[in-house]
Amino acid sequence: MNATSLAVRAHGLRKSYGAVAAVRGIDFEIAPGEVFALLGPNGAGKTTTVEILEGYRHRDGGEVSVLGTDPQHANRAWRARIGIVLQLAADAPELTVFEMVDHFAGFYPRPRRAAEVIDMVGLTGKARSRIHALSGGQLRRLDVALGLVGDPELLFLDEPTTGFDPAARRAFWEVIRALSCGGVTVLLTTHYLDEAAALADRVAVISDGVIVAEDHPADLGGRATAEAVVSWQDRDGRRSERTAEPTRVVVGLAARYGGEVPGLTVTRPTLEDVYLELIGGRP
Amino acid sequence: MTAASTRVSIAALPPQAPLPGVWQTGLARGRIELKAFFRERQAVVFILAMPAVMLVLLGAIFGKEQTGPGVTIGDLYVAGLIGGGVMATSYQNLGMSIAIERERLTLKRLRGTPMPPAAYFTGKIIQVIVAAIAEVVVLLAIGAAFYHLRLPASLTAWLTFAWVFVLGVAACSLLGIAASSLPRSAARNGIAVIVLPFMVLQFISGVYVPFFLVPPWMRDIASVFPLEWMCRGMRSVFVPRAVAMEPGHSWQHGQTALVLSAWVVAGLVLCLTTFRWQNRRDR
Repeated sequence: MNATSLAVRAHGLRKSYGAVAAVRGIDFEIAPGEVFALLGPNGAGKTTTVEILEGYRHRDGGEVSVLGTDPQHANRAWRARIGIVLQLAADAPELTVFEMVDHFAGFYPRPRRAAEVIDMVGLTGKARSRIHALSGGQLRRLDVALGLVGDPELLFLDEPTTGFDPAARRAFWEVIRALSCGGVTVLLTTHYLDEAAALADRVAVISDGVIVAEDHPADLGGRATAEAVVSWQDRDGRRSERTAEPTRVVVGLAARYGGEVPGLTVTRPTLEDVYLELIGGRP
Repeated sequence: MTAASTRVSIAALPPQAPLPGVWQTGLARGRIELKAFFRERQAVVFILAMPAVMLVLLGAIFGKEQTGPGVTIGDLYVAGLIGGGVMATSYQNLGMSIAIERERLTLKRLRGTPMPPAAYFTGKIIQVIVAAIAEVVVLLAIGAAFYHLRLPASLTAWLTFAWVFVLGVAACSLLGIAASSLPRSAARNGIAVIVLPFMVLQFISGVYVPFFLVPPWMRDIASVFPLEWMCRGMRSVFVPRAVAMEPGHSWQHGQTALVLSAWVVAGLVLCLTTFRWQNRRDR
């Protein structure tokens, strides 16, 4: 796939703040319609990378193409094709949710209707409320509505579900899945591994300014082929065996017990285990 | 949350819908700015009501005192507080509100949309002009009701009012936009950095203290800044008989126009070189 048919392409991306190198040579590509997650601890370079792609920051080196354009030279027509959901913006406290979303719709050539976007993020009951009366989770959903109202081809979501309760997070995931089914490309940064696993087609783990792993969430860090631990309940207590061939071990156990194996579990490293290993045990 | 999609209806639209125009977007910004401004009680009280309260207060204390042939101190306060009120609704209003908007990431969010930057400033200009006119009307009404202020009958006087008002609003708005970049945090030191210098200017420029009572060395300092010339211009319109108490016994309209125009140019240069859509720390 060449650079112009990709939604996002970053090659050798570098950015320093003074003497501190925040991003030290990052490469990745996102195909149209893909949901791509950037995972990493605070200060790893996630936000810097995303803000360069959004056109907020200038890079020091490397090549970047977003929807076929260098974001450093972005114009209004390009901005009309992307949607940005910032981290924690709570402005215009005296306006209502509807006024705010409807106002932002006016910036775009082909906006979605405000009422529809408000419904998508589950704020219909709050449409006539002043923004200062919203809870933290509701504010976040308003942020998402403002990112969606221009009907973007590419959506940037910077830690979108921070502050959501579990039910709201699930509901939000459904919104993102629906957008993805509609062909929207999504670049997501998140702290939540389950969120990356639930939403992303591919995950890149960024640590100390470089990408240390990039794969399908189920395969990240060799998870799919890593040694599994087979564990079961013996007369003397819990027994476990580390093996590259868990199926063979289980079949052997089944033969030994003549059917059901008491307390049988087969586990591979969780996404969290792999992630913590990749970022060097740092939280 | 429901995940409705309008892909179908959007597909029916032409793919290259034109971007909304600068003027149209600017008017929409003006509408939303006015809504937000007049709903924010803090802003209305500190910016719109403050000069009115000061006029009632100072006028009640000193107002009846005769200071010259047919001139009371109350007359001078009406003119002075119109000058101060115009600066409050332009300089202080924009300086504080833009600093707060930068801190709350309002500016960053707007920059990420296809809104033309000129539309943002158009909206601010509309808001400032409406607020400044409202301020002048309120002060004139108080002057007419309590201090026997008679509105000038001559067209020349109103033309003088018009150019002093327009140049004053322009110079102070630009200075306010430039000053908005000065405080490190709008919440913590906005008042000290933006409002305090304005308070000092109001004491030495003939707003809170009649100008002929201000010591000459302070008048010299005041004459460097636009507020003194705005107040002088307003006195020439609303208290023409006070010319005998003016420095040089003349209104010095030529010099007023010159100083205010110079501040417009200086303010514009300052804005163009210092305006930022994001906080310094937020890089």
